[in-house]
Amino acid sequence: MNGRKWKGTALFLAIFIVLGATFGLRLYSAQEHSALASSLPTATAKPTTAGGAAPGTSTQSAAPSGPRAAGSGTGPSVRTITGDPESTPYGNVQVAVSFAGRKITGVNVLQVPDAGNYDQQVAQVVPPTLLQEVLTSQSAKVDTVSGGTYTSTGYLQSVQSAIDKLP
Amino acid sequence: MRFLDTVMGIPMSLDIRDAGDHHAAAKEAFALLHEADAIFSPYLPGSQLSRLNRGELTLETTGPAFLEVHELAARFAAVSGGVFSLQAAPGRWDLNGIVKGWATQRAAQRLRVLGVANFVLNAGGDVVAAGGSGPGTAWNVGIRSPESPQRMMAVLALRDMAVATSATYERGLHIVDGRTGRSARAFASVSVVAADLTVADVLATTVFAMGPDGPRWAAERYDCSVLAQLADGTVTDAGELRRWLAPAPR
Repeated sequence: MNGRKWKGTALFLAIFIVLGATFGLRLYSAQEHSALASSLPTATAKPTTAGGAAPGTSTQSAAPSGPRAAGSGTGPSVRTITGDPESTPYGNVQVAVSFAGRKITGVNVLQVPDAGNYDQQVAQVVPPTLLQEVLTSQSAKVDTVSGGTYTSTGYLQSVQSAIDKLP
Repeated sequence: MRFLDTVMGIPMSLDIRDAGDHHAAAKEAFALLHEADAIFSPYLPGSQLSRLNRGELTLETTGPAFLEVHELAARFAAVSGGVFSLQAAPGRWDLNGIVKGWATQRAAQRLRVLGVANFVLNAGGDVVAAGGSGPGTAWNVGIRSPESPQRMMAVLALRDMAVATSATYERGLHIVDGRTGRSARAFASVSVVAADLTVADVLATTVFAMGPDGPRWAAERYDCSVLAQLADGTVTDAGELRRWLAPAPR
């Protein structure tokens, strides 16, 4: 009984893998001369972050680049440029950007900080291009702090109390 | 020039970057905040809110400020389908979700009328950023990380904008979904950026109470942006958050 079940699963997996490979290869060869790649920036290489971001909130994430690329239709060919790793206070961020001519048609996140799970969690929901800007913004000097209404003890522990002591 | 006062039991700070002496203007701004506390405090037995709850006043016999805030709050309650609520329990008025934002916005407007153009007024974490911190420089407003009062989850560069944050890390589960009367638990922190702090404050509370649908709901109906962290640590956004993120320092 167990044997039969196992065979069924194996058959199913085999069919699934063949279908997946066929479809994947077609997509890959289509990238060269169509804007299809741009509408599927998360479907290609890296399932880690970009793929994770897709199902939840990030329908907007592809929107800024996607429609424009589709509109440009049969325009210039798509090429992908891998950026240098950028260091942020929480680790390195590296992206690969696809261009159709001079237009950005897709962004693939290759590397995000993994020191501490807070940053990974940021990577999961916030769209990847926004993620980098959020992380970058953390290094800016702070004039004041917005937070949940403090108690007086909370205030004394906060950055805001230090700011208020400045001359 | 920096000023610090405690109003409503909350430390409130004012940082004025205009040249000159602004003690008189600061004093007036803080007086407005104390006045709001005297009207709306649920802790002061003589406040209009307390007297209304004891049946000594009716809505009609409260003052114009009370009526104004009540009307604003009623509008938000209607638009949010009752998520934002004017009553902590049936028959017990509670306007805490709007009063701090409203009073701080009012104090900021008074400062502007008095000729102060560049200041940041921070009422226990709710912020009005007027003008800039220096010539051609926006105010950098950090959004506190729920994990630590010393860490920022993001920094916003704001000019003539306001930001309010609702969170559980200071006061526990104190925000209630008006539809169910239950404590809201979906978020650790919700920050809303808008031109007006009254709007930002009410929306931060409402989004927090509404749960995961809240950020998009707010951004679709109001001119605002949302940065929120869910209770499980994931971060989400809505509106044009990108527009407000501070650039990297040079």
